Amino acid sequence: MELLIKLFSITVFASTLRIATPVILASLGGCMSERSGVINIGLEGMMLMGAFSAVVGSWFFGAWTGLLLGVLTGGLMGLLHAFMSVTLKANQIISATAINIMAVGLPNILIPVIWENHYGISPTVPVIADINLPLISSIPIIGDIIGHQNPIVYIALLLVPLISFLLFKTKLGLRIRAVGEHPLAADTLGINVYRMRYIAVTISGLLAGLGGAFLSIAYQSQFSSAMTAGRGFIGLAAMIFGRWSPKGALLACLLFGFADAFQASAQSAGVPIPPEIMLSFPYVLTLVALVGLFGKIALSPAANGKPYYKG
Amino acid sequence: MAAIVKMQNIVKRFPGVLANDDISIEVEEGEILCLLGENGAGKSTLMNILYGLYHYDKGEIFIKGEKTTFSGPGDAIDKGIGMVHQHFMLVPVFTVLENLILGSEKVKGLSLDLNSSKKELEAISDKYGLEIQLDAQVSDISVGMQQRVEILKLLYRGADIMIFDEPTAILTPQEIEELYKVMQSLRLLGKTIIFITHKLKEVKEISDRVIVLRDGKLIETIDTESTSIRELARMMVGREVLFRTEKPEVETGREILNVKNISALNKRGLPALKGLSLNVHEGEIVGIAGVDGNGQTELVEVLTGLRKISSGIITIDGKDMVNKSSGQFLDAGTAHIPEDRLLRGLILDFPIYENLLLGFEDKAPFAKGLFLDFNKVRSWAEELVKNFNIKTPGVNVNAGTMSGGNQQKAVLAREFQRNPKVLIASQPTRGLDVGAIEFVHERIMDAKKEHKAILLVSLELSEIMNLSDRILVIYEGEIVAEFNYGEVTETEIGLMMAGGEDK
Ligand SMILES: Nc1ncnc2c1ncn2[C@@H]1O[C@H](COP(=O)(O)OP(=O)(O)OP(=O)(O)O)[C@@H](O)[C@H]1O
Ligand SMILES: [Mg+2]
Repeated sequence: MELLIKLFSITVFASTLRIATPVILASLGGCMSERSGVINIGLEGMMLMGAFSAVVGSWFFGAWTGLLLGVLTGGLMGLLHAFMSVTLKANQIISATAINIMAVGLPNILIPVIWENHYGISPTVPVIADINLPLISSIPIIGDIIGHQNPIVYIALLLVPLISFLLFKTKLGLRIRAVGEHPLAADTLGINVYRMRYIAVTISGLLAGLGGAFLSIAYQSQFSSAMTAGRGFIGLAAMIFGRWSPKGALLACLLFGFADAFQASAQSAGVPIPPEIMLSFPYVLTLVALVGLFGKIALSPAANGKPYYKG
Repeated sequence: MAAIVKMQNIVKRFPGVLANDDISIEVEEGEILCLLGENGAGKSTLMNILYGLYHYDKGEIFIKGEKTTFSGPGDAIDKGIGMVHQHFMLVPVFTVLENLILGSEKVKGLSLDLNSSKKELEAISDKYGLEIQLDAQVSDISVGMQQRVEILKLLYRGADIMIFDEPTAILTPQEIEELYKVMQSLRLLGKTIIFITHKLKEVKEISDRVIVLRDGKLIETIDTESTSIRELARMMVGREVLFRTEKPEVETGREILNVKNISALNKRGLPALKGLSLNVHEGEIVGIAGVDGNGQTELVEVLTGLRKISSGIITIDGKDMVNKSSGQFLDAGTAHIPEDRLLRGLILDFPIYENLLLGFEDKAPFAKGLFLDFNKVRSWAEELVKNFNIKTPGVNVNAGTMSGGNQQKAVLAREFQRNPKVLIASQPTRGLDVGAIEFVHERIMDAKKEHKAILLVSLELSEIMNLSDRILVIYEGEIVAEFNYGEVTETEIGLMMAGGEDK
């Protein structure tokens, strides 16, 4: 009983949110990009580049500048993906894989250039500090879960309805979705297919960059090689799980976050299960959810992954 | 009258094809101009150029006297040009309303102002008598309504030069009548209409002038009054066309297709077939006449393994086929010409030779162990292209780049190769030119001579009347009347189709 209380303690829920945050941001990025018809498995690399730039920015100019730099770097990566897949019409999987590979290699080269005698890991840098939400933090239980968190956690949670609004309630969103479903039809109505895809994929990169920055200068306080550890891919899985909608993806991300938080607390509580199995728990859960659902949903945007050629 | 549109010396080349070869046309304000030509003559291409969707290699365009260059359809829309495309340009997962406003959205603050657009659209559709469900999802509405949505799109954008690319190819006779009324009233309001069609009767009925294209070249510009259907056909095809196919005398044999009391739901889960029965014998053509949406689509799907039935019996040559897969239907000897060539007939991103191979890929001589003998496939495909007179620069080009009519011919070529026991043909001549229709009708008659059982579903009443040995009228998922060849007039059938009394 005592063990159970410990396992489902409030801290587990609070850290669920923290753990879910970068995944939420990645999945929002996925929604943006894929709704416009561009597959983005490059989220992982965009996040990683964002994380690295954020640390560099934080080291030289402070945490908030680092955050800005991280976000912008993600956006730049998005722009690169758009250029390769929309303008050059390269295979989108390959274009994104190139970004992922670059994002693993480039920081490793740059770290020793920026910080002498550092390899693969940066020194610790200033972080964006957690804040107290004035009124909410005094509410029992709820306050303990969401009252005291990092600002980026709040930003991510706010972005879910915002991106949802953007996609489903605005003019831009309607056009982005049209381009992802039937680009030729959109073209016949005077919509610039390429421009829409550029916008969507760049926003996707900005979101991934924010997620990366959170990891390196909020969740942790340094950059280490490949520190995203598949969160970009899990974000994509969450997006599919949530049927390409931000709100659905949020649920999947929280599920993943909870599984991860749960395994951490189970380990520290001394549950007698090998740590390797516990560590794989969130990933297995994601996999099961995906496999279980995948067969039934063919709701991917119809033109997802297909370059558009003008006549 | 002034020329509202002037296209001068337009040249457009696609890889391997000169689609428009130095074409100059003028369109007068307020007229209905018909653009005629064989499949692949370059009609759609010319109009897509006028609409700004295709770039052209050479030539000049003047709209309302002003020289214009379009960087995209947006510019053409701004100039008052609107186009209903041969293949509808609708996003299936969007609502009708969303499709209508796309690209011309109204906003309130940051969000879309759907309500005010809706009011405006309702007013326009009332004015022109276009019945449209704005809140329905496009994938759920009939083609007739999709057509009206496309027209409403133009009206909403205030187009005064309207291009209709084969708008009647997929409409029922009733819907065609309605469309004519709409077009006439548009003309009375001063709109200019360019109209592409293969139905020469329509050309005579509603157009003021006719322009004929053949092989990318301008052949003739002529006043409608001073020409005849026969002459138009000759100009289009370049030879005499017989408008009636000889019907061979063939002994009908044993029953091949037997359908008893079948019931099935449509894709929205509503009853579409309600205890329908029919049979087709060897050497017999059975025609299904009916207004679109009375269960024809579902009937064909059921008979090709694409839809399950909830009760009833289906046998092919005595073999039980209830709820068998489409592959099993193929193996049992069915060939299927689907009503929607883009949805069910072709894979647009595949080259023609692969499309022609579909359903034969596991059969000799193409399959060799694990491998395909692509040399055989290619030469076979080339032969089909030749036999069926499919216009294409080669068998390696993607099916998506072929003209609509030639896509249809490709489907026909493949399905006729199956050497089936029963041929299920749904709208087999949709979008074909008069010469090609004649060709297809002859092929169907050949199949009859070879003692195949043929089920012909068509919205084209004259096609049903001319080809069928027996005509069944379908109404709300049931067969409500049966006639023998020559025993019935079009008017009588029309009455039955509309749900009139059984005789
Ligand atoms: N996007 C494209 N890419 C390559 N070739 C094309 C493309 N569009 C059309 N063509 C070719 O140009 C020629 C003219 O095609 P077009 O669609 O204009 O014919 P059409 O007169 O409209 O015929 P139909 O009556 O069958 O619709 C055809 O040979 C076709 O294969
Ligand atoms: Mg055409």
